[in-house]
Amino acid sequence: MVRGLGIGISVACVLLLAGCGRQSTLSPRSPQTHAIRTLWWWMLAAATVVFLGAVTMLILAWVTRGRKGLPFFGEREPVAQGLVVVFGIAIPIVALIALFGGADVYLVGQTAPPGPRTTALTIQVVGHQWWWEIHYPGTRAVTANEIHIPVNTRVNVVTTTADVIHSFWVPQLARKIDLVPGRRNRILLYASRPGVYRGQCAEFCGLQHAHMSLEVVAQPAQAYRAWLADMTSPAPPATGAAAATGLHLFMADQCASCHQIRGTSASGTVGPDLTHLASRRTLAAATIPNVPGELERWILNPQNIKPGDRMPDLGLPRSQVKDIVTYLDGLK
Amino acid sequence: MATVVTPEGERYVERLDRVWAERPGLLGWITTTDHKRIGILYFFTSLLLFGAGGLEALLIRTQLIGPNGHVLSPETYNQVFTMHGITMIFLFVIPMTTGAFGNYLVPLMIGARDMAFPRLNALSYWIFLGSAIFIYTGLASGHAPDAGWFDYVPLASKAYDPGTNIDFYGYGLIFNGIASTATAINIIVTIFKLRAPGMSFNRMPLFCFAFLAVSFSLVFALPSLSVATLFLELDRQLGFHFYDVAHGGDPLLWQNLFWIFGHPEVYIIILPAFGIATAIIPTFTHRKMVLFPLVALAELLVAFLGFGVWVHHMFVVGFSTLTTIYFAAASLIIVIPSAIQLFAWITTILTGKPEFTTPLLWIIGFIVYFIIGGLSGITVAAIPFDQQVEDSYYIVAHFHFVIFGAAVFPILGGIYFWFPKVTGRLYHEGAGKLSFWLTFMGTFVTFFPMHILGLLGMPRRVYTYAPNMGWTFLNALQSAGSYLLAVGLLLIVANLVYSYFRGLPAGNDPWGGDTLEWSTSSPPPAYNYTVIPTVTSPYPMWDEQDRQADNRRLERGEGVLDLGHETPVSTVQDANLDEIVALPPHSIWPFVSGLAVAGIFAMLLLHHYFIALGFLVVGAVVLFAWHHRDAEA
Repeated sequence: MVRGLGIGISVACVLLLAGCGRQSTLSPRSPQTHAIRTLWWWMLAAATVVFLGAVTMLILAWVTRGRKGLPFFGEREPVAQGLVVVFGIAIPIVALIALFGGADVYLVGQTAPPGPRTTALTIQVVGHQWWWEIHYPGTRAVTANEIHIPVNTRVNVVTTTADVIHSFWVPQLARKIDLVPGRRNRILLYASRPGVYRGQCAEFCGLQHAHMSLEVVAQPAQAYRAWLADMTSPAPPATGAAAATGLHLFMADQCASCHQIRGTSASGTVGPDLTHLASRRTLAAATIPNVPGELERWILNPQNIKPGDRMPDLGLPRSQVKDIVTYLDGLK
Repeated sequence: MATVVTPEGERYVERLDRVWAERPGLLGWITTTDHKRIGILYFFTSLLLFGAGGLEALLIRTQLIGPNGHVLSPETYNQVFTMHGITMIFLFVIPMTTGAFGNYLVPLMIGARDMAFPRLNALSYWIFLGSAIFIYTGLASGHAPDAGWFDYVPLASKAYDPGTNIDFYGYGLIFNGIASTATAINIIVTIFKLRAPGMSFNRMPLFCFAFLAVSFSLVFALPSLSVATLFLELDRQLGFHFYDVAHGGDPLLWQNLFWIFGHPEVYIIILPAFGIATAIIPTFTHRKMVLFPLVALAELLVAFLGFGVWVHHMFVVGFSTLTTIYFAAASLIIVIPSAIQLFAWITTILTGKPEFTTPLLWIIGFIVYFIIGGLSGITVAAIPFDQQVEDSYYIVAHFHFVIFGAAVFPILGGIYFWFPKVTGRLYHEGAGKLSFWLTFMGTFVTFFPMHILGLLGMPRRVYTYAPNMGWTFLNALQSAGSYLLAVGLLLIVANLVYSYFRGLPAGNDPWGGDTLEWSTSSPPPAYNYTVIPTVTSPYPMWDEQDRQADNRRLERGEGVLDLGHETPVSTVQDANLDEIVALPPHSIWPFVSGLAVAGIFAMLLLHHYFIALGFLVVGAVVLFAWHHRDAEA
């Protein structure tokens, strides 16, 4: 029944709102988020019963408003007191013990940080105002706002923050975890199906909290290994005159002071690593798609897309921006 | 007064009128120590701030009406949603409940002539007003607090928020906390010592139990907030490191201190609503509350248990599973005293003979929304689920059902309920009911879809969202709901303004109420009661013989107490008459003290520490003058 209700609501949801699953806790793709969703449907069912029961009592009060006492029992105070004891004490105690046992004793292990040596892979996530820096310990791979993981693999995510508190939340794959200064909070990330799963910062972190998203790309092990090998390598050289000009502008101008491109002299650490920028799906912390037109719009006027962002309006002429875009577009 | 006053009685009434007379005009309002006038000042001030907080809410909803909204800049949005939270909690609900309802009604309900400390009462109002102006100066100057009402560090630290924005928050809340603490202490002492002879604890109205519980919660919870904000300002102004990880501090210290205050605060907000519900329900169901002692106990228990659950706001900061389980269990236990009260209200309505008048409708609405908010609250005590929906719109839905649906509805119902007592006029019943249904529906449409949005992954505190997230329709619906809600609330104001001028005369007791305030005139005289009433049950107005005895005593001049601002003091537990004390009359000093305190905080904000010290000295001198007691003050 609960499952049926769940399916019914999910269908209604899909009909009502196209694309409702992009970041939805109701479209889980891991055992733990699946368990949480099951817990939710059970709680909703129980809550609906309680709500309808209480509202029925209020409706009954309206129906019998003309006379004192209860139907059948009349004005017997012990019966009225009994109702309070049964509905206010006895039933809640039983229900709460059941919930506590089910959720806080049994299921709680599902969302605990993974035990030592139970994971096949560790990923480091560093929160920044307002983007995500991703490291793959043991390799030189560094990326931003896009996490690749092998499908059906237990991944240990170690989180830290470079500035304020953020919260790492990919609703379809895992619970959320806060990135707190001075702490290394861990979380299990797992995807039981290949796909792209959107996540978003869940703790208010300032001006661009709304535009601090990321994507988790779960792929078959082989594809994942190929991707990681690409990420580990330095940036490909610039090809073509426009790209060469772009490279020159990038190094000469302010870009290189904030961004790193491994294999070049650009070694800034303020902004995201751009070594393989062109391989990423999105820009500006999953705010806009990574296509040349959008990249150009972003470099020309980042403050228009993310007002208050650390990426400044550089005031470069459009022709120069086009060259830089050509260069960056070659960083597969 | 309660009855036709005989010539003998008339003499005492005239004498009381003379003894309790205050200054006329504006000066009268500035120097007043009358708990009812102070309550009215609190009422209009907090109502105005409710309007401001409501406008901020409408701005938020207008910004979010569609994806990529451009009504507000991110900077403005952050200030607006922060001010919305601060306003509704510190500048509306607390002053409206303890300041307006508590001040006006507690002395009346217990048969006292004023609060225990009338001048402290005046001072707390002026400090509250000062803190409200202080905090809103931030918004007016474009530097309102912008790190959320929860103000987490390090976002609120100097490094990430260098302007004065956060200082308006830090100093403002310490400033505001003085007022709330003073009111709370005043209510506690008033309830403990000024109850009419015979009103032992088991005969005290449940309304007063609720306000007693709230006041104790305030006294014990506010220090944690004051310490947290003091540490914050020491970090920000003097380079201390309480919250600075790089120097051995910890940002979670802020979260712990804040929520040690912040969760009791939730019960501080909702308990007055419970109290108002327990005043309205017996009156309109024409029966006594089911299980009165258990309900009284449950009110106190909720306040007490509220201090042991704060970590449930912190289930995703990385604490050990064992820690979270303890606090989840504590949070679940608090459901029991809440459920006892809930079903006591429902059963009383069910077994009584309910008249579905406007005030009772608000209480029914409150019950329905309290169930929704309570149930969603239970779901977030399930740790894995909480870790999924924490900081999403699901939480926004949850606490708006609790704080708006459950805490504010009874306030609105209470305004209708006591309007005849305060003004002497009846409100318009039809418009009252219409305003209820509009607000009820508006509330549902505004806040219910937020549950779904949260489940669909929409985080809180985002100034905008992308169009392809599946959140667009629900957000538009919610914004529409918020406008409907605003119409409902405006209709209340229109009804009350109209009724104030055109309403039918109410008489002393238009509803057949059960508590003492209905025995005196509407509005009550400055001294509340010509004769100190005697009480023999929790429903004194339904004890007709007692009230007739009061009238006979007036004719004999017994218990009139007309040698100054006299009121009886009784023993704490059994309310046996202990002594008669004379309360201090009206005075300008509370107002002047309030100004001095405002000066201290304004100068702290502007970094003029020596001038602040000067204001402190002025404040001390004023206190000296204050205690130099003379009849004219």
